[in-house]
Order: sequence, then C-alpha cells, then structure tokens
Amino acid sequence: MTNDPVQPYAVQLINIEKYFGSVCALKNINFNVEKNEIVGLIGDNGAGKSTLVKILTGVFPPSSGQMFISGNQVDFTKYSVQQAHAMGIETVYQDKSLGEKQVLWRNFFVGREITYPFGFINVKKEKEIAKEIMLNTIGFRSKGITVNSKVSKLSGGERQGVAIGRAMYFDAELIILDEPTVALSLKEVRKVLNFVHKIKEAGKACIYISHDIQDVYEISDRFIVIDRGEIISSIQKKDITLIALDDFLLEYAHGLKDGE
Amino acid sequence: MKTQNSLIRIITRVEGLPVFGVLLLLLLAFLITAPDVFTHPLIYMSFLQTVPPQLVLGLGLTLIITAGEIDMSFPAIVALSGFVFSYFFKNFDSPYAVWIGFFLALAAGALVGYTNGLLIAKLGVPSIMATLAAQFFWYGITILLAGGLQVDIGRVESTSVHDIFTGRLFDIVPAQAIWSLGLAVLLWFILNRHKFGEAIMFIGDNPNVARVMGIDVEATKIKLFTLMGVIAAFAGLLLTIEINVFFPTQGSGFMLGVMAAVFIGGTLISGGQGSIVGTLFGAYIIGSLQAGVVATGVTSYWVQSVMGLIMVVAVVINVVIGEGRMGDISFRLPQWANINRNKPPEVPPQRQ
Repeated sequence: MTNDPVQPYAVQLINIEKYFGSVCALKNINFNVEKNEIVGLIGDNGAGKSTLVKILTGVFPPSSGQMFISGNQVDFTKYSVQQAHAMGIETVYQDKSLGEKQVLWRNFFVGREITYPFGFINVKKEKEIAKEIMLNTIGFRSKGITVNSKVSKLSGGERQGVAIGRAMYFDAELIILDEPTVALSLKEVRKVLNFVHKIKEAGKACIYISHDIQDVYEISDRFIVIDRGEIISSIQKKDITLIALDDFLLEYAHGLKDGE
Repeated sequence: MKTQNSLIRIITRVEGLPVFGVLLLLLLAFLITAPDVFTHPLIYMSFLQTVPPQLVLGLGLTLIITAGEIDMSFPAIVALSGFVFSYFFKNFDSPYAVWIGFFLALAAGALVGYTNGLLIAKLGVPSIMATLAAQFFWYGITILLAGGLQVDIGRVESTSVHDIFTGRLFDIVPAQAIWSLGLAVLLWFILNRHKFGEAIMFIGDNPNVARVMGIDVEATKIKLFTLMGVIAAFAGLLLTIEINVFFPTQGSGFMLGVMAAVFIGGTLISGGQGSIVGTLFGAYIIGSLQAGVVATGVTSYWVQSVMGLIMVVAVVINVVIGEGRMGDISFRLPQWANINRNKPPEVPPQRQ
C-alpha cells in the first residue's frame, strides 16, 4: 500500500514492535487510519491495545518500527506526550484523563497552560475558553456544573465529555478513546457515544477502543482485531454485521482455547 | 435554608477562612482565661518572632504534601544550614563572610533537597523512607561537623544580614514575620497561579493523569524537593540569626508541629490540594498554643493534649466544610430531628 502524498493517512504504523525485556508485547503491527475515519480497536485484556496506545501517544517508544502522522515521520528518539500533542494526537483514557480534585478549567489546560511571562497562568482567559468549549464544542448543559466545578462532581459520562471536548479544542488530527465507557451506566454510555459522534461531525480521525462490541460496532467505520500482540483481522463495517462480528470474535477466542 | 447555603458557599470559597476562625476562637479563649498576658501586645510580638521559622517550613511542606509526598528531613536541614552559616561567619575573616555563609547555607539545603528528589523521582524510593534516611544522615553529619558543640555567633547582631532578616521594622515588627508572610504570598502564587503549582496539584491528585497530560513528573518532583531544601535552609537561617547561636539540636523539635500546622490548614494528606493560607494560620495556631496554654495558668503538661484536641477540631471543620458536607448536614438536621415521628414506612425496593 503506497502513501498517497495528496491525502496522507492521519496515522500510519509500519512494522511496530515492542518488547518489555524479553517479553514481546507487540509484533509486526501494520495499520493506518484515514482522515475522517473511526477505527474500532478490539482485543482481549493483555492483547496489547494499551501498549499500542502508549506508543501512539508518546508515553514510551516502540522497540522498532516506523510511524507517520499526517505523512510526517515520527522521530521516536524525540517523541513525547508533548510532541504527540503538537502533532495532533489526543487521548481520552478510561480513568486517567482528568484530575478529580481539580476544577474543570485547570483540567482543560493542564500541561499546556495559557501563560503570562515567567509561567504564570492566565486564569481569566483559560476560564473563558473552557466555558466556550463546554457550551459549544461538547454542548454541556448539566445544571450546576461550571468551569469552577471539581471533576469529582461530574458523572462518568460527563467526565469523558470534558476529555473529548479538550481533545477537539486542541485541534487533534487523531483522537484515541481508550475504553471510554468502562464502568458507566447505559445512560452515561449513550452520552459518551454522542460526544464521539461530534468528533466525526468535526471530520477528525479516531481510534475507539472498547470491550463492548455493540458500542464499537455502532461508532466505527472499520474494525481491527488484535490478539496477543498481533493484528489478526481488519474488517470494514459494511462487510460484516454486528452478529457476525460477535461470532467471529467468540469463535476466535474458542479456537485459541481449543488449540491450547 | 437558602441563606444558610449561600453562607456556607462563602465560607467554603474564601481560602483558609475556617482555620482563621479557629485561630480567632483560640485567641478569644486565651483572652478570657489569661487576660493579663493576652491584652498586652508583647505576646503578639513574641509570636511574630518565634512562629516564622516553623511557618516557613510549613509553607514548603504544604507544596510537598500537595504533591502527594512527604518530607521528614527538614529538621536536619534546619540544623545543617544553621551550622554552615555559623561556621563560615565565624571562620572567615571577611566583611562578606556573613553573606557567603548565608548563601552557602541555602546551597546546602538545596543539595540535601536535590538528593532527596533524585532518590524519590529517579529511583522511586518512597519519599517517607528517602527523607527519613536523609533526616538521620544529615543530622548525623551536622553533629559530626560541629563536634557536637554549639557555635556562638553574637557578632552577627552587627551585620546587615541580621538587620535585614531578623531586625525590627519600625523598631517593633520582627522582620522575619514580614519575610515569612512574603514567602507565603509568593508560594500562594506559585501553587495557585503558576504552571509549576498546577503540575504539583495534578501529580498529587493522580500521577498517571499528570504524565499523560504531558507533565514531566520526575523533573517536577526533583525541583519541588530542591525548593523544599532551600526553604528549610532559609527557616534554619531565620532561627540561627534570631537567637545568635547555632546549636546542634536546633530544628529537631519542629517535625510534628510543622506537620500539624499544614494539616490544620486544610491541606489534604492524600495530595492534590493544598492551602497556603491555611498553613499560615495553622502555624500561628500551633505557635500560640504553647504560650497560651502556659499563660492560662494550667500546668504545661496540658499543652500536648490541647494541641491534639485543636488539631482534631480543625481537621474535622476542614473536612466538613471543604468537602461540602456542611450543606449535607444542614439539610439532614431537620430530618434527624424528626426521625421518629415522620419515619417513612420501609418498603423493600421492587425488582423489575
């Protein structure tokens, strides 16, 4: 597959491998996400999803392989979370996106504060923009929740909404959602999925990781199934029904078990 | 109910207000029980003279605890900085010796703090262990260097350092009170209005969140412990210069009182949130207790128990107000009052 220079992929991974000591966490990972595409990443616990996310977001580098973001090759020796942010990769984690004891406006800008000289924070401007994001980008209308509210006062779905709104404000090319609906009630899951629809409306690329096949199926354009550090399948949504996808995953899991 | 709630909101919003209330109540209690002492301005001047070293330590410790860490090595730094200053002041025959000693003492504090930071951030040693070990080690080194002897530096009284840091403003206000207040203002802005302070709060809240949001957790911790070392050394200097003598055990009595001041002030032991204003008042509560309880005429054996009591009261007030449970309680009080009369019939929830 060649890289189209006019419309490069939002992200492209070539032969990514990751070892922890002698343990192989990822091997031979090749995949790409097109702009304005939502890719569902499916895999069991320990399949390597989190490791892959951490490589994409600059938490740690891979042992080998190449990565391109919007056609630009990433230099892994200099790649970091800040660099990933600068290159347009934002992540929403299941439980570590927001500081719970902190107020909302701090959560929007932590790590990339709007500052006066000498690193002092421009609180007024940060609050203004945070308010704007809450009202317009994510359409937050919960009663009693303001930019001065602490995250601990928000429901699980609202928290993910804040994290998604933050990612969209910082003009992400690729938003990674890592198990954003774990431990949420059905109503809250619905809220999160609505936020994800807003990502798509905004024309951004997205990698959606979840255990819940139903959520993944509803939201994604394409599915990538990962198992024991390897990609075992890439399926377009139009080529498979939810039931068939579910069957495929079950069968695969059983097949492996029988083989052991 | 509505006015009650808005009142609670005001109390909650003004930082350190509940602790200030506790301080006022305490002083009021002393005014009633020991009017002779507490109507005289001398006692307040005495507080402004004795509290600042502990206040300075408390301010630094507030940042450390907000980051979810602890520092047990500051008493040793107080001793070490006092020794370094006294030694250079006494043994160098230069008009600048006093300033050289001053900055070397701060540098010594920075060195101890920096090594603490390296152990904690780079090697992952829990801060309670790393700094407890540092407390023993540097305290031992100080006694060793001093040969166990005190160093008399009476001549310091005629130096500019003495005038600047422990002189009397308008012949009445101890300069160290102004310096410690100035430090409190500076650290309030660092913690609440600077990205370094924001990093401290997020690290204390959840280091994983801090990391994925691009905060360099290790570097921030090293900077923080180094800052604490400098602050503790400054506290040691204020103490040594005020009393004109270095003694090897100086600072060793500060550990628990300073921690009490920080917790009374409303800084969360679990990290993520700290109150500089609270620590300011907390330090004065701790400082006034000793003098106050003795002045009331009861035996000084009471001091410790009263301190414990005040600490529990202050922390309970902080928890109730700080976590918004006061609204809860005021809402439930009428319910509790009517608990027997209007008890709703207990119906087990229906399963669908």
